[in-house]
Amino acid sequence: MNNVFVYCEIEDSIVADVSLELLTKGRDLANQLKCDLEAVAIGYNLKEIGKQIFPYGVDKLHIADDKRLEYYLTLPFSSIVINLFKKENPQVALFGATSVGRDLGPRISSALVSGLTADCTGLVVGDYDDPKTKKNYKNLLYQIRPAFGGNIIATIVNPEHRPQMATVREGVMKKEIFKHNYSGSVVNINVDDYLNDTDFAVKIIERHIEANKIDIKKSSIIVAGGYGVGSKENFKLLFELADVLGGEVGASRAAVDAGYVEHDRQIGQTGITVRPKLYIACGISGQIQHRSGMEESAIIISVNNDPEAPINSIADYVINGNVAEVLPKMIKYYKMNSK
Amino acid sequence: MKGLKIIVLAKQVPDTRNVGKDAMKSDGTINRAALPAIFNPEDLNALEQALRLKDKYKGSTVSIVTMGPGRAADIVREGLFRGADNGYLLTDRAFAGSDTLATSYALSCAIKKIEPFDIIISGRQAIDGDTAQVGPQVAEKLDLPQVTYAEEIISVENKIVNIKRRLERGVEIVSSPMPVLITVNGSAADCRVRNSKLLMKYKHAKTVSELQNESDDYIKLQKERTYLQIKEWNVSDVSADKEALGLSGSPTKVKQIDNVVLQAKESKKLTSDDKDIDFLIKELVENHTIG
Repeated sequence: MNNVFVYCEIEDSIVADVSLELLTKGRDLANQLKCDLEAVAIGYNLKEIGKQIFPYGVDKLHIADDKRLEYYLTLPFSSIVINLFKKENPQVALFGATSVGRDLGPRISSALVSGLTADCTGLVVGDYDDPKTKKNYKNLLYQIRPAFGGNIIATIVNPEHRPQMATVREGVMKKEIFKHNYSGSVVNINVDDYLNDTDFAVKIIERHIEANKIDIKKSSIIVAGGYGVGSKENFKLLFELADVLGGEVGASRAAVDAGYVEHDRQIGQTGITVRPKLYIACGISGQIQHRSGMEESAIIISVNNDPEAPINSIADYVINGNVAEVLPKMIKYYKMNSK
Repeated sequence: MKGLKIIVLAKQVPDTRNVGKDAMKSDGTINRAALPAIFNPEDLNALEQALRLKDKYKGSTVSIVTMGPGRAADIVREGLFRGADNGYLLTDRAFAGSDTLATSYALSCAIKKIEPFDIIISGRQAIDGDTAQVGPQVAEKLDLPQVTYAEEIISVENKIVNIKRRLERGVEIVSSPMPVLITVNGSAADCRVRNSKLLMKYKHAKTVSELQNESDDYIKLQKERTYLQIKEWNVSDVSADKEALGLSGSPTKVKQIDNVVLQAKESKKLTSDDKDIDFLIKELVENHTIG
């Protein structure tokens, strides 16, 4: 009872990275809260799934394995989690901020009347004094996220309601195996106790899900562009530079919204988080939502014609100039100096 | 098929995408006056999907439901200018300070007053919070199926809606019985522009509160043309429990707000001169960052 729970997303019998990252965070929180870490896996053919999950320090794994649950569906999945949470009363429940977690999380929070904070960039254990009631709460989950267009950072708490729920984007937390031989127990959920036919009212007619083609998270060099790059045409320069450096191209939300590049490359709070050894920010002003997705890069170069761009304050090198002028020179001098 | 009864949930939001340098006051707080209030972008995508259904299935009606201060009546008017049939503004001090859960409760109470309906459509998320929570929470409170991340409502046949969803790595086509709640992505079709005839027809559409500042002639006009009345509802109009609204109805509390302070690094300032770029590349090659 009152443990930390992580919902594990599964596609093709593989646990999603975001869920493993949350298990790592969940283990850390459970240690601080002196409780157990439990995981929930819903899907089909999950007999071997524990092998992927237990090494992250999971003490108990709840499995709902049924042919009808092969693909995510809101109603049956939420019904299972809601009933499980009613029984187990978790103090903390974490979900990936994915199309699944952001569909499931709010449904559960509404049914359980609990608080949910979306797209957290930090989860910390701490105390809280309610300014109105003067009541003191020990060991709450601080849910930290940028808000209001990234101009402020809000710390949210849920003093009275459980579970304290949060969603977190892929890449925000670090994935780390706790112990290779860590062992926990498995609880098989009898799905028929939780489901009825009306839960299957929504049907999947067709499904075309591709493997992640672009994986900039694994790249050690990222050349990222913002709205300041100016055009899809100019973005080709970023691809050229990334190509000669052996890196990948990333983008800010503004550049993706402007249609310069595909969404898979979006870095930041509403995209992915990266920690490359070199991050070259081209025409990116550096709103907090973007910075939260790249500020842990080892070396940051900012190419910007605005000397006051916020990103410059976290950059190791600031090049005051136009992207269209600077990038060809970087390519040229790299070719000259690297040989 | 008889026409569909469609409800569009829309929100007035500060335009956080265009935050200028004057958005923050010198004391570090937000200068709300510097941010224009706009129709939440994905709610416009939602409205377009509703209007397409109305075009396709004769006899359909589209109602806008919004919650906010008095000026949020602009959202209803904007909907009317683009093709909605009527609208409701939920406004009450008791709604203030609501988190997503309390907001979804208020909206669900209003929707129960509007019943029956076939489809509720909203944007996936609002740009001031980016939570994407209110849609699913409204669906749960009304015990409806939900389809999130919709890009296109393809068709309605035999009381079944077929919907294309745009997910991170692909698409899914799903079918759902009605009534259903659907949230629409920004990747869906853009909303049509205002229609000039509708703009003329509805430019005097007002809520009761707005009418208080108008002349008697104006009030007479509204009585004659009932379509100009934007329904304004408070907590008791929608039979909501005050305890479940505002701060008391919100499980999440804001513990702390920090202004964004940049930890300035010691950065090397360079220009686009050849010698500067040459220096930079040499330094990066030497310390094995690249090469």
